Amino acid sequence: MSLTDRSATDLLAALEAGDVTAVACAEAFLDRIAATNGEINAFLSVNRDQALDEAARIDANRQSGKPVGPLAGLPVAVKDVLCTTDQPTTCASKMLAGYRPPYDADVVRRLREAGAVLVGKTNMDEFAMGGSNENSAFGLVRNPWDLDRAPGGSSGGSAAAIAADMAPLAIGSDTGGSIRQPAGLCGITGLKPTYGRVSRRGLVAFSSSLDQIGPMARSAADCALLMETIAGHDPGDSTSLDVAVPAYRAELDKPLKGLKIGRVAAHFGEGLDPEVAEHVENTFAAYEAAGATIHEVELPHAAHGVPTYYLIAPSEASSNLARYDGAHYGHRWDGTRPAEDGGITEFDSPLVEMYCRSRAEGFGPEVKRRIMLGTYALSAGYYDAYYAKALRVRRLIRQDFLDAFEQVDLIGGPVSATPAFKLGEKTDDPVAMYLVDLYTVGTNLAGIGGISFPCGFTGGGLPVGFQLQGPALSEPLLLRAAHQYQQTTDWHLRRSTALPA
Amino acid sequence: MADAGTPASELTPADVKKVALLARLALSGAELESLTAEMSKIVGFVGQLSAVDTSDVAPLAHPLDAQNVFRRDELAASLPTADALRNAPRHDGECFLVPAVLGDSGSA
Amino acid sequence: MTAATTSPFTTVIGLEVHVQLQTRTKLFCGCATTFGSPPNTQVCPTCLGLPGSLPVMNRRAFDLALRAALALNCEIASFTKWDRKNYFYPDLPKGYQISQFDLPFSFDGHLEVSDPKGAFEPRRVGIIRVHLEEDAGKSMHDEAAGTADSRIDLNRTGTPLCEIVTQPDLRSPQEARAWLNELKLLLVYLGVSDCNMQEGSLRVDANVNLHIPQDDGRVAKTPIVEIKNMNSFRSVERALAYEAERQWGEWQATGAELGSTPKQTRGWDDSAGITRGQRHKEESSDYRYFPEPDLVPVTVTADQVAAIRAEMGEPPAALRTTLENRWQISAYDADVLVNQGQELVHYFEELAGLVGEGKVASNWMQQDVLRSLNERGGVIADFPVGPAAVADIIGRIKQGDFDTSRGREIFAAVLETGKPVADVVASMGIAAVDDSDLRALCEELIAANPKIVADVQAGKEQAAGGLIGQAKRKNPNVNPGKIRALAIEMIRALS
Repeated sequence: MSLTDRSATDLLAALEAGDVTAVACAEAFLDRIAATNGEINAFLSVNRDQALDEAARIDANRQSGKPVGPLAGLPVAVKDVLCTTDQPTTCASKMLAGYRPPYDADVVRRLREAGAVLVGKTNMDEFAMGGSNENSAFGLVRNPWDLDRAPGGSSGGSAAAIAADMAPLAIGSDTGGSIRQPAGLCGITGLKPTYGRVSRRGLVAFSSSLDQIGPMARSAADCALLMETIAGHDPGDSTSLDVAVPAYRAELDKPLKGLKIGRVAAHFGEGLDPEVAEHVENTFAAYEAAGATIHEVELPHAAHGVPTYYLIAPSEASSNLARYDGAHYGHRWDGTRPAEDGGITEFDSPLVEMYCRSRAEGFGPEVKRRIMLGTYALSAGYYDAYYAKALRVRRLIRQDFLDAFEQVDLIGGPVSATPAFKLGEKTDDPVAMYLVDLYTVGTNLAGIGGISFPCGFTGGGLPVGFQLQGPALSEPLLLRAAHQYQQTTDWHLRRSTALPA
Repeated sequence: MADAGTPASELTPADVKKVALLARLALSGAELESLTAEMSKIVGFVGQLSAVDTSDVAPLAHPLDAQNVFRRDELAASLPTADALRNAPRHDGECFLVPAVLGDSGSA
Repeated sequence: MTAATTSPFTTVIGLEVHVQLQTRTKLFCGCATTFGSPPNTQVCPTCLGLPGSLPVMNRRAFDLALRAALALNCEIASFTKWDRKNYFYPDLPKGYQISQFDLPFSFDGHLEVSDPKGAFEPRRVGIIRVHLEEDAGKSMHDEAAGTADSRIDLNRTGTPLCEIVTQPDLRSPQEARAWLNELKLLLVYLGVSDCNMQEGSLRVDANVNLHIPQDDGRVAKTPIVEIKNMNSFRSVERALAYEAERQWGEWQATGAELGSTPKQTRGWDDSAGITRGQRHKEESSDYRYFPEPDLVPVTVTADQVAAIRAEMGEPPAALRTTLENRWQISAYDADVLVNQGQELVHYFEELAGLVGEGKVASNWMQQDVLRSLNERGGVIADFPVGPAAVADIIGRIKQGDFDTSRGREIFAAVLETGKPVADVVASMGIAAVDDSDLRALCEELIAANPKIVADVQAGKEQAAGGLIGQAKRKNPNVNPGKIRALAIEMIRALS
């Protein structure tokens, strides 16, 4: 078995035992990246030299008996939405092409201190806005299971990197499903922690009250490993929870008997692909066989999740992205006026023109669309009907979950209505694209945790994902439930044949 | 899915232009056109929320119920000026440079 | 009270004051707030608004803001939150200012101002709200240099500001100036801000219009004008006076009333002595306020308010009276002490407590502590000689170890050397002169001064004073009073 076939848990054991060096490990994955990234485009930047230097340092420390961190020698891919001082941080946008942060994100700092070997920054939908990774300014990402299909988004690069064995561990971010949905479409495991569980310092903000950073890997056990490093209170983030971090791996094997899992009938409506529905139902049956009980629950306002999300997120984004104006960093218009074409050409001053043209050039169409929508929803006369209204419905959506969790421990169901769709299939219809988030936005709106993991394959060989959502701070239970499913199934171990071995 | 109870979900190009300037986006002619259609559609879509009864419901701005997070009034290291200016499109070693800011400040 | 009967109109003035809070660090990050540093040397990812940066509220800033609001007699909200005010400007790197919109932390206060010379009636000015927000940076445009660029210095971004908005209760430019002085005295006194307009730690905008009684009993109102760019309290007075006359002229020419035009902004030009209309920017006034998602709300309990009240001390006016009564010192002395600030008052009170009375303590404060403090520069908190040391010196004077002038020498030596009082006393060779030495010395002096002895025996006891100087020359440590008393006693015993 080559190194790139092994799980992070396995590799860590081998590294700790001295059976494999960090350099050998890093080389194996870096070579894999070199061999496949041209096709997949999962990575925007690869950190070969520094990664090997770091790996060598870790090997030297291990050999001389010096202490090393809990992830020492494990390669980790980081979504390009997180600040890294030694690699560019572009958020897959022309606006930040070449941008070099002067500080590391809190999560990146933790990874470095843990001895992780940061192999590169992964591709994503621009500024985390999208569900297919087709909105990147630096090229789309291909699903390793079918190169003509999307990997999902916005953490498409991280998902594809794991699925293609380019890294054993990856970091993604999830605002409306951006870890869970691509994990589902790429046949891997991804966790969106409870809001505030992982620090957002250094995460380039999209929608501040919804964004969370989370682990992506081949298995729940590997996600648990990564969570132990990245979770924790950060006094530099006012929304960070000051709550101790559980030893996530320690409880993975505790029995699931008595676990109550909710099933939402409304999830199984017309839009749900029948093969997806079948695998999801089989997963409920598997949990029952393992001693869990399944209960019908309702989330009465779930249907309003997508419109609520698509008011709150763009509104916050319109404000978060106002800083990208060409003044202090990022892309600035070079002064060349384009040909007249009926667009906006009158500006109050040269300064305003610089702002307007820099932003028009720097942002892609989906980002512009959401900034426009958010600006509109917050503007005078519309605030109450749109943004404020959405905040009220948000409370109702959260209450639905609180009520449901009085009856069940977790809620199960699909993570995506369909398996991976073809590239270009949804790009013409923004609303159609927004509906890919149907099953996932509620988790972010309520601030609770959700995990997605593979539960089967379609006849066409595409992965199908299953999602578990749990109350705030239920990550230990989510990881345990996913892990134990993975002890009796092997969906998560399968690999695509669409790529060279 | 437009609902009669919401403000008009049909945006005019003039509406879109106004929003674009507020958002500091120099949209092209083609963008103005496509955004007018797209925004109308999206606004119509999200406008379905007006049908939800929220008369007794307070807005939920933060998913947490957290309050009172503070830091102490203690000095921390600032960035060296070179780092602060490093990504600036134009600077003179001390300050950021932008097209002339004339007259009063931007806030009323 | 309406304006003087000779004026055809009443000037109605409201003020919007921004004061920078005297914290060590900025509102949301640990950068310093020092004025006048080289550009962009007090910045970090948070105040630069770099991608991924986050704010964390400075507790001290919030407490100082509470203090300001309490001093201004405001109601304190039990629940308050932060909001984003969105607009684009190069001195605002995030593209929004974190401020407070619909739930400010305080509201409904007042501050009175009166004129000791009676130029106007006492005026109670209502305060609509006091809220907390962050400052923006500075943009500098050097027209002379001829470049098309402005230079942006972000040192100031993120400095904590209290915004104080008054009701339009002021009725003359003089009142406005006096009120600002009163506000400054209060806030400086309480350590909230140094209110220095030259350094930008206090900024004022004014809103002014005229109320003009009509023949039919109706009161016509001119459109409200906002005046900006006033750089001193004197400018405020001059600008308001100018603007009132200008509006009167405009009223007579056009009769335009409040509501007929959008609110105008005019900038004061101090050298030309006029206000100039500024271009009205429509869309920039849609700030799209919404709750700041990166900060959590703040709750304030009655206990916390009480604690702030307790630690902030009394405002200057009340404190003067308290000191007079508590320590039996004169109004003049109380005034001198209070004007030096709270820290010095604490020092004085500690000293007076140790000494057991006010007048002596007050004298030492003014003649020795304050004088040396002013000579050395610096603040009382850093003054090397504490109240205990001064009390020690005073105590020794009282018990006769040495006289006051010697005591002041000792004070100066303690200040200079940093040594404890006892050590300084010892090193100056000051020691209590014991009784037998004193007797021996007196015998010597009596033997050497027959004329004085004769005078004393003749009833002129004050002649004994002539022995004191001689005694001190022989032994500087002698207590003059003791010498005199002993000499007289011994001389009497001779006869």
